[in-house]
Amino acid sequence: MSEQHSDWMAEARALIGHEYGRIYAWDAVNQPMIRQWCEALGVSNPLYLDGERARARFGAHVAPPTMLQAWVLAGIKGEFPAGSATDNPYQVLQIIERNGYASVVAVNSEQEYFRYLREGDRLSFTSQIESVSEEKTTGLGTGFFVTQLLNFFDQDDNKVGQMRFRLFKFRPAAVREKPALPARPQPGISDENRFFWDGLKAKKLLIQRCSACGTLRNPPGPACPSCHSMASDHVEASGKGTIYSYSVVHHPALPGLPQPNPVGLIELEEGVRLVAGLVGVATDNIRIGAPVALEFLDCANDLVLPVFRPLGGAA
Amino acid sequence: MNSLSSQVAIVGLGATEFSKDSGRTEIRLATEAVLAALADAGIDPAEVDGLCTYSVDNNPEREVFRQIGGKELKFFARTPEGGGAACAPFLHGMMAIATGVANVVVVYRAMNERSWYRFGAGMQGKEADPFFETTNFGYYIPHGLVSPASWVAMSAQRYMHEFGATSEDLGRIAVAARDFAATNPKAFFYGKPITLEDHQNSRWIAEPLRLLDCCQESDGAVAMVLVSREYAKKLKQTPVFLKAAAQGTYEDQQMMTSYYRGSITGLPEAGLVARQLWQMSGLSPKDVQTAVIYDHFTPFVLPQLEEYGFAGRGEAKYFIREGRHARGGDLPINTHGGQLGEAYIHGMNGVAEAVRQVRGDAVNQVKGVKNALVTAGTGVPTSGLIVGQD
Repeated sequence: MSEQHSDWMAEARALIGHEYGRIYAWDAVNQPMIRQWCEALGVSNPLYLDGERARARFGAHVAPPTMLQAWVLAGIKGEFPAGSATDNPYQVLQIIERNGYASVVAVNSEQEYFRYLREGDRLSFTSQIESVSEEKTTGLGTGFFVTQLLNFFDQDDNKVGQMRFRLFKFRPAAVREKPALPARPQPGISDENRFFWDGLKAKKLLIQRCSACGTLRNPPGPACPSCHSMASDHVEASGKGTIYSYSVVHHPALPGLPQPNPVGLIELEEGVRLVAGLVGVATDNIRIGAPVALEFLDCANDLVLPVFRPLGGAA
Repeated sequence: MNSLSSQVAIVGLGATEFSKDSGRTEIRLATEAVLAALADAGIDPAEVDGLCTYSVDNNPEREVFRQIGGKELKFFARTPEGGGAACAPFLHGMMAIATGVANVVVVYRAMNERSWYRFGAGMQGKEADPFFETTNFGYYIPHGLVSPASWVAMSAQRYMHEFGATSEDLGRIAVAARDFAATNPKAFFYGKPITLEDHQNSRWIAEPLRLLDCCQESDGAVAMVLVSREYAKKLKQTPVFLKAAAQGTYEDQQMMTSYYRGSITGLPEAGLVARQLWQMSGLSPKDVQTAVIYDHFTPFVLPQLEEYGFAGRGEAKYFIREGRHARGGDLPINTHGGQLGEAYIHGMNGVAEAVRQVRGDAVNQVKGVKNALVTAGTGVPTSGLIVGQD
């Protein structure tokens, strides 16, 4: 523990071992709650569900041991039955929190059972802070592991079980979030143009080519308007082109798009045109005829779009 | 001249008010406009045997027909491509009547485009299915090119770059439209003219388009009644003859994104419509005294003036700078205020204005109108028509 923690941490550590409680169960161990708990968790062990079998072995209905804490949980409004203590078992956590460790995460929980709980048992529990670790740093951040020990008793004050509950009370690590990918309107994709969109995902701008006469065409379509062949393949564009026309779109403003949004009609050096966003240029400095180079824009939903960046100023 | 020319006449005109919130259903708007048009024509709704509208209209022919108490509907046809459809139902009606398929065809368009949905919001929230239209939009919408204004902007920027047209030129189109709207009590912008400075100060929508380069979004309905030349003679209204109507889709056409043609500064589909109109009617650009030039966005007014033969290629800017399109000009356009100033009823209100101009009862009546040209949605497969006196 570093020096600057010493005063308040000493205050926190002074509370280790202090006993809080006792807190009483609202209900005695009972068969309806056992049945409901088993149903909710998918437990089918006849020991808990078939009263005769349990009675033959234990002389009473018994509860699944892992229900231990369930019997002493607060009611739906957070209250415990009359007679329960009202002291605050979380003073240690509050001290740590006041000193800059606002986040909390449950780490693990270990239970030990000393006997089966039988129908009619009336439980209570006490708790204490068992330990506070040195300051630790994990992937989540920097803080302290705090272990709480709960002791469970029956109506005769015999200890029937215990639970260690461990928390990490921490200051979150600075999160370096990846910027969210822009969510763009999705294109319609058919068997005809899938190659175009798949090509973009592979960071290639593909131009459809007629297999018969070699004419390039964009946008893609089923037939070659020149020779009527239905056979086609594609070639990869060099990515060099010029701005044939453009618009700077102001309305409607759409999520995932620049505002305002410069869009170009690009004439590729291969001779076909396509519409694509313009990047790296002031919207009042776009010039028809300016040379541009292809880049790829990763968008949400596995969409990649071609965009073009003007080269070396205005044409 | 083609045999279809002037064989069919528009004899009834009906419309609802134009607003931002009609406060009633689209089917009611459609029914109101159709009944008003039939009343204007003096034709019993039971005589209607043809109905034509746009593919995007939400009001089925069968239900409009039911609402008007129709008996036997023999002809119904729709035209795709949004506002590009505007004049096509008249072509279809002409053909149906001229061939004896139908006798009384009502053309209608009804929409709560402002209060129920907004085209200006563009393609948002579209499911990424493999249908053609969706795959095609996929080349634009992921880049944020989702709205009609943005699709037009890409073509407009190139046009302005090649021909030196400016934002002020676009502004002069909007100012003239709003000037006409200001004196049209039925226009949404009645009494609200703008200045070129207002235009230049309006915010960007999709550069080079400013807010005041974009038409309104509107609720309303318009309908018109078509009958044969012979039937028209028996009716109370002076017939307005359909001298020509045509549709056009041109090589390498897309829906507002024909960006892959050798040149993207023209509207060759409009040129195709123009050639057919002049051929069918036997008229030429100098024979029309006013025109309704589709103005969902100002930039496409320029190449339309060129495609229809009112200006040379790239020279529409001079036509506009000289004010020839404005009040007092030699070809006043969009005298109702256009879709920029009156309302955006997908071009059908423009056909209505041309009918009024030929009838001689337009609120901003141009003197001596014998023939009026109407164009339809641009950047898409389109249509056009010429109406005129006999």
